[in-house]
Amino acid sequence: MARGLSLVAGGAVRARSGPAEIHRLPPGLGDRWHLPAPSSPTLSELFAAHPRDGGWAGFLLAQLDTDKPLLWIQDRMAILESGRIHPPGLPVQNLIHVETRDARDALWAMEEGVRCAGLSAVIGELWGDPKALDFTATRRLAVAAERSGTPCWLVRLGGTANLSGARMRWRSASAPSLIHPLDPKAPGLAAWDAELFRARGSPPGRWSIAHEADRFHLVAASGDRALGGIERSRA
Amino acid sequence: MPHLAIERWAESNDRAPDSPVVLTVEGAHGLIIHAVTKAAAERGARVGARLTDARALDPSLVAIPADPASNAALMQKLARWAGRWSPLVEVDGADSLRLDATGVAHLFGGEERLVADVRRRFESLGLTARIAIAPTAGAAWALARHPSNSLDPLPVHALRLEPNTVRTLERLGLKTIGAVMEVPRLALARRFRGGEGVVDALDRLTGRKDEPLTAAPRKLVPRAALRLEEPATYPEAAAQALERLIPDLVCQLQQRHLGVRRLSLAGFRVDGSVAAASVATSIPSREPKHLQRLLADKVAALDPGFGFDAFALTAEWTEELGAAQNSLVEEASGEHALARLIDRLTVKLSPRAVRKPQARESHLPERASGWVAAVSSPALAREVAREARRRGPSTAYGDSPPHEIVGRIRPQRLLDRPEAINVIYATPEGMPRRFVWRRAVHDIARVEGPERIAPEWWRQPSSARLRDYYRVEDGKGRRYWIYREGVIGDGRGGPPNWYIHGLFG
Repeated sequence: MARGLSLVAGGAVRARSGPAEIHRLPPGLGDRWHLPAPSSPTLSELFAAHPRDGGWAGFLLAQLDTDKPLLWIQDRMAILESGRIHPPGLPVQNLIHVETRDARDALWAMEEGVRCAGLSAVIGELWGDPKALDFTATRRLAVAAERSGTPCWLVRLGGTANLSGARMRWRSASAPSLIHPLDPKAPGLAAWDAELFRARGSPPGRWSIAHEADRFHLVAASGDRALGGIERSRA
Repeated sequence: MPHLAIERWAESNDRAPDSPVVLTVEGAHGLIIHAVTKAAAERGARVGARLTDARALDPSLVAIPADPASNAALMQKLARWAGRWSPLVEVDGADSLRLDATGVAHLFGGEERLVADVRRRFESLGLTARIAIAPTAGAAWALARHPSNSLDPLPVHALRLEPNTVRTLERLGLKTIGAVMEVPRLALARRFRGGEGVVDALDRLTGRKDEPLTAAPRKLVPRAALRLEEPATYPEAAAQALERLIPDLVCQLQQRHLGVRRLSLAGFRVDGSVAAASVATSIPSREPKHLQRLLADKVAALDPGFGFDAFALTAEWTEELGAAQNSLVEEASGEHALARLIDRLTVKLSPRAVRKPQARESHLPERASGWVAAVSSPALAREVAREARRRGPSTAYGDSPPHEIVGRIRPQRLLDRPEAINVIYATPEGMPRRFVWRRAVHDIARVEGPERIAPEWWRQPSSARLRDYYRVEDGKGRRYWIYREGVIGDGRGGPPNWYIHGLFG
């Protein structure tokens, strides 16, 4: 499990908790900041801002270690509404894809996967607010993940943030991408707005980030892109 | 079975029996006729003749290459099937079977009725069989090929000797077995001193020398059975039986160094019907806990009906599995844990729901990323192989994607079926400006493209249109993969349609 996200200086972090609280990152290379991450593998919940927004996948995949196979579970509605995963576009090919009829089967498969020692992570995509997904189910997943040390991500497409046993709850949306170095009209490096709205052991916050190769770049929060938005570190 | 090759061919090809067909094999001087149909025989084709000679007699002969491997496979199958008459069956040569009928004839009501039964059953298979029963295997061999009441008038071919030896015997005027037998043994032994073995052949024929059968090794399937004194009608009976049978089966597997790939529990009901549940595993296993966990759900659903009176747990498909120890301390290795996980998921969901990516050589995105079942079974493996043959060469993903083409960016999610969208563009060939997908309007802020993917003309119909893929980003930063199918004036339909195919992360 990657211990948090390595943030490289080059922008500003605006935390939502305090009104005027702006962390200015120290300039220069090699200064790493970390996005909050659990101290040990556990259950994290990730809400896609919109079911037709695939941005969360990039945000999530960048945080995974992929030395072992990945178990990716999608329920049928999630596949219909926002597509099936497409291995050529993923950074990892060593994965097992499970398609389930409904959320109940998906949760069962996630729990089985989380108990397995041979996986790098378990990702489960659920559509909407299924009845089977209640506090007990998420709590079971969290406990199982902590016991086995397999990180588990519960991805909610088009769902509402109801009661959950997840240790960290994120909300993620696509942000306008960085400027393409060669073609200003083309979409550049993907960027995301990520909001941590509930977490155990770390204050909630909001970040605008981009990721390239093995590290994240911090860009200005959306809205004031002029603030060194594309100033990148060359590493 | 003198006509095995041609009968097998006729059976498998479903051709009219009166067509003049000859099966051929490669000979030293061209093709040699191996088997003929009746119609071909009437036109002068003879087994062992050269095809050109037979064609000279009748040019309408149809020559088809013979398939000795399939014939041999059929013989093996027939040998196994012939186990119904005798436990000791041997495939003898290319077209005959030898059965040791010692002590089994009375089970069928005497030797005549045994022979009649064998003949009837071979006839029902559509195979011509010549059957002989004799005290020695050599005599039976001779009588099956040369029907007769006694051995004496049979030609010396029936001794099963080398052709050269047969020729020598015939030159000496010894044309029948009876004539050979009249010659003093000493003289025969002196004349045929080398490896010809005329005396040996005679001894085998008369039983003075033993000719034992070597039956094919019979592979017993690991199986554990449980018989109940009283029929069990309660639904938990099957689960309890499973619990008792698994240690027994695992013990057998351990002794034979096997691991199970497919396991089934059959419950035999009082009324003669059988209820069965079976599971497959992704790697060979003989761990009792795992096997029990796999079968438990399916077994619990078996309906006892009027009650089970016996259970059998059978390892239907096994593979070699040596003893394995990963470390000194007991800990599950990742690979095994993963295989077990795949098994459980597959059993509960279905083999089609649990899959691994498999890349294919194709430029069409939906074809390039194929999926194969994570757990394989013989039927599924055949299906995958058939699919692979149909679809052309494929390679499994390693750690890296197969094509590392610069500038080729693929979305992380692909819609199973591209959805039609309405697009507003500046010029028909130009960049898209705005599109409507699922009734939501997306203003395109940035766009890159097109990446042109041509249809696969060797596979698709000629009306298939090319695709121009664009990577677009809307005002909110959501990135999509859309394409225009066809271009104006390509002569393959009206104005081009637009589709959305993927979502970028």
